[in-house]
Amino acid sequence: MTEQKDIKQEIVITGFGGQGIVLAGRILGEAVVLGDHRQSTLVQSYGPEARGGACSAEVMISDEPIQYPYVRHPDILICMSQSGYDKFIEQLKPEGTLIIDHDLVKPRGIDRTFFSIPCTRMAEELGRVMMANIVMLGFFTAITKAVSLESARNAVLESVPKGTEETNTAAFNKGHDYGLAVLKGREKKATGKAGA
Amino acid sequence: MTGDVACAEGGLAAGCLFFGGYPITPATEVAERMSERLPEIGGTFIQMEDEIAAMASIVGASCAGVKSMTATSGPGFSLMMENIGLAICTETPCVVANVQRAGPSTGLPTQGAQADMMQARWGSHGHYEIIALAPSSPQEIFYQTITAFNLSEKYRLPVLVMTDEMIGHLSERVIIPDAKDIKTVSRTRPKGRKDRFKPYRPGPDGIAPMAIAGEGYNIHMTGLTHDERGYPVMTVEAQYEMMDRIMKKVRQNLDDIIETEGYRLDDAEIVIVSYGVSSRTCLAAVDEARELGIKAGFLKLITVWPFPEDLIHRLAERVKGFVTVEINLGQIHLEVERCTAGKAPAFLVGHPGGTIIPPERVIDLLKEAF
Repeated sequence: MTEQKDIKQEIVITGFGGQGIVLAGRILGEAVVLGDHRQSTLVQSYGPEARGGACSAEVMISDEPIQYPYVRHPDILICMSQSGYDKFIEQLKPEGTLIIDHDLVKPRGIDRTFFSIPCTRMAEELGRVMMANIVMLGFFTAITKAVSLESARNAVLESVPKGTEETNTAAFNKGHDYGLAVLKGREKKATGKAGA
Repeated sequence: MTGDVACAEGGLAAGCLFFGGYPITPATEVAERMSERLPEIGGTFIQMEDEIAAMASIVGASCAGVKSMTATSGPGFSLMMENIGLAICTETPCVVANVQRAGPSTGLPTQGAQADMMQARWGSHGHYEIIALAPSSPQEIFYQTITAFNLSEKYRLPVLVMTDEMIGHLSERVIIPDAKDIKTVSRTRPKGRKDRFKPYRPGPDGIAPMAIAGEGYNIHMTGLTHDERGYPVMTVEAQYEMMDRIMKKVRQNLDDIIETEGYRLDDAEIVIVSYGVSSRTCLAAVDEARELGIKAGFLKLITVWPFPEDLIHRLAERVKGFVTVEINLGQIHLEVERCTAGKAPAFLVGHPGGTIIPPERVIDLLKEAF
């Protein structure tokens, strides 16, 4: 067995062009590298598609240098579109974590637990549907702990347009709080079951 | 940062002050970065009308004494070939980055390949020597672009940075050292009487000192075969003399130019040869092969041209075979096969382009062939 420290995580974020999928991947990678001082790579699907087309970002996180930066079997799959879900769900590891926006994705044909958040609706309520990716990042950070809270929050601040720092931080926090609440709910349920 | 941005930063770190380009996917971000950065440091960025002119502009800028570069992809690289030949013949230092995409022709503009490797070697007409490097990460693009400038200044020839869409668009950590820790080389300048200067008379190292056009030295530059004065001379003897110089400055300095890297190569029975983005496939494949008990090692070509002929030849004496991994259907594979001289079999894991090669394909071939 290798030491506990050498944890490698393969993450796919998928959705439509225009949802900020690649930006979410970039923020995550920068948080990991510049904030947590670990290794990360980002490969973005790159094609002629513009707004509305299929889009994905592949992020690797590791303590060791990353040799092969392409995701083969994701540990974490974040889906913000049905087509993205359909494309990648087969590749997700059996013990992997699935995260979806349940207003946009129906997780059909699987028998596994998953985490969901209505991040697009929440971003709309905050006044900007464009911030759905930031809400999702907050949720992701709470659920997976793949990146530290402080690093993720700082990376969001570094990456968003000037003048929108406050609203984006609010979006991130909203997603993060939602994530913590979901985890707490699950814990309660689990202990409840064990006690019964 | 992405590989494309790191390429631009490497150029700047090497002292590049002129970028002449024409935008093309997936190399546009190199030009984009240069267009932002060069004006900040007193350099010049110019978008020319096409790649033929872009290449001409960097040859001209270099003759005027400024380190210059351009960046392009397959279709633009084809257009640049004529003036790359001019830079070879006039012995003008400059750097061309080719962020390779899948061809032929327009091909898959947004998807990568490594299929311009032979074009890099032989794409311009006539016989010549060239230097081409192949980075496998954004950090390597940064350093290799600096190396490309240093070699081009030292040996007075165009140097090619043969990267690919995957590395160009890969975001990864890039550490940029302090300027004082970066070694840069500039062309040797002439001394002595300006009216007696012969622009192509080689120095003791076989390379002619280069004067800046306009500083007073006699200069004549032409793509015609020329003598030491740079004047056209249409004789076989002049051709012999000129060719001898442009060939020897590379052939007699192979040890200085060629750079390779080995990974688990010391006890390897099978040598996997690769370069650029495919190196990353091979690093993963070697580890997986070793776990299966296959004694594989990896030879990474940092310099692809000139090709490390002697190294392959020597390895062929002791190993069971070679596997070349590249995103084309057999280019560097042909070189490996040639250099083994029949002493060990050479196999190819190739791909027509558009995506990277997964390590599984290398493992499958290793199991099947050895």
